[in-house]
Amino acid sequence: MSAVMITRKVRKWEKLPGKNTFCCDGRVMMARQKGVFYLTLFLIIGTCSLFFAFECPYLAVHLSPAIPVFAALLFLFVMAMLLRTSFSDPGVLPRALPEEATFIEMEIEAANGNVPAGQRPPPRIRNVQINNQIVKLKYCYTCKIFRPPRASHCSICDNCVDRFDHHCPWVGNCVGKRNYRYFYLFTLSLSLLTIYIFTFDIVHVVMRSVDNGFLNTLKETPGTVLEVLVCFFTLWSVVGLTGFHTYLISLNQTTNEDIKGSWSGKNRVQNPYSHKNIIKNCCEVLCGPTYPSVLDRRGLMQDDSLVSATCAAPSSSSSSNATPQTTKTTAPLIPNEHTPDDAKPSIAASAEKSPSPKEELPPASKLPPLASPETDAETSIAKDKTH
Amino acid sequence: MPAFLLSSKFHNLQELRHSASLVTKVFIQRDYSEGTVCRFQTKFPSELDSRIERTLLEETVKTLNSYYAEAEKIGGQSYLEGCLACATAYIIFLCMETRYEKVLRKISGYIQEQNEKIYAPRGLLITDPIERGMRVLEISLFEDRGSGGSSPSSSMSSGSSAR
Repeated sequence: MSAVMITRKVRKWEKLPGKNTFCCDGRVMMARQKGVFYLTLFLIIGTCSLFFAFECPYLAVHLSPAIPVFAALLFLFVMAMLLRTSFSDPGVLPRALPEEATFIEMEIEAANGNVPAGQRPPPRIRNVQINNQIVKLKYCYTCKIFRPPRASHCSICDNCVDRFDHHCPWVGNCVGKRNYRYFYLFTLSLSLLTIYIFTFDIVHVVMRSVDNGFLNTLKETPGTVLEVLVCFFTLWSVVGLTGFHTYLISLNQTTNEDIKGSWSGKNRVQNPYSHKNIIKNCCEVLCGPTYPSVLDRRGLMQDDSLVSATCAAPSSSSSSNATPQTTKTTAPLIPNEHTPDDAKPSIAASAEKSPSPKEELPPASKLPPLASPETDAETSIAKDKTH
Repeated sequence: MPAFLLSSKFHNLQELRHSASLVTKVFIQRDYSEGTVCRFQTKFPSELDSRIERTLLEETVKTLNSYYAEAEKIGGQSYLEGCLACATAYIIFLCMETRYEKVLRKISGYIQEQNEKIYAPRGLLITDPIERGMRVLEISLFEDRGSGGSSPSSSMSSGSSAR
């Protein structure tokens, strides 16, 4: 038996812990369960296609050609926001490297002192004072870090996310510091699109019924019924969600903090991050700086792996901490991080997809590809014979 | 004083990594007293007492803090950038570099320069915080392999060279 040590250059995303899936060689980052995201896409695209197919020809002629144009622009904006929310890094905090983890452990032990045998050590908490308010920083046992203020660990994606809002199955990703404004703009524009389509559906039905009669109209444009149904249910949920997030933004709170009641005012606890001014809070959340991702997904790193010489292809020999990135399209989980107000944004949009800000979603890679086009296959072979 | 403290011995940081062995790493934590903006503590770690003057390190950390404050400043330019980007459905970010990214490049250049001028001659190396998730400012302490190991090698040294 002989084993061969191969050193390859791989992209860092292939070795990232956590339960994310990556596409386009690390450019796209999503959660594992994407089924509900596909449903969202289907509903938006489907409903909009019906709108463009049935209502728009009539309305463009009888009312104004601006109507389908504006609908198309709105649809493109909705899709751009959705894809940006779903595909971007929400603000994942990388796990501590071993030296840092050890350093923190030593600090904790020094702070705790000697714990008598049999007693549980005190919980790992660090207190910081922010704007005259004591904020407790909790220690994350998975990531081995003290979480920054407003960060939280998402159990679905198995990552600590900065300014964690919630995990949204409808967009197939966590909503955090980096993509919250895209998420908000998505819900806002989707509300507008829903209202727009709903309104013009009604207008169209009324105008046509005046000429042809109500039942004939429905027979001529059967898609209208479907659209109205979808829009009706969507309106209540998405508009409500937009209103809820507008409220949160004006107070500079996250969904997570709202659910846990962190700043509910009990025990004189105030939100230390709020500027006490609605305009300032809105501006900070929506027009603040665009934070870059601290996960270097596309950087190159060395990967040493031992390959058995008897194996036909080296495809099974990833290094020990490679997470198998299988995609499960099961029904969405509703975990503790999920907000109860998150209902379905079930609007469907036109089949025409303009070039979205990110590349199109290719089939999700099931396993970290060993030979992606840009992988530099440096083989420094050290034969290791074992008899 | 160990021989490698003469700056002429190390021409670049690569040489430092290859010729010296890693003793330990010191981590300067984030300072959250002003909220979630990126700031590092200016408290001087005791392990560096014998290696570098207090004022030099404080100066470095203060400059880094000011760079981060500039990147995260919420004012006219950030509003303009945000509104313009929103109007183009954020497609403009595919071609344009954001202000934050520009400042990060400046920071990276600054750290490189500080390492070459101040820290490498003293056997230290600062790692850019972005490589550690902006959580800590990592300072690696090196010991010249040739010398007899005048400073105690800490048990927490992982033995692997810094990335």
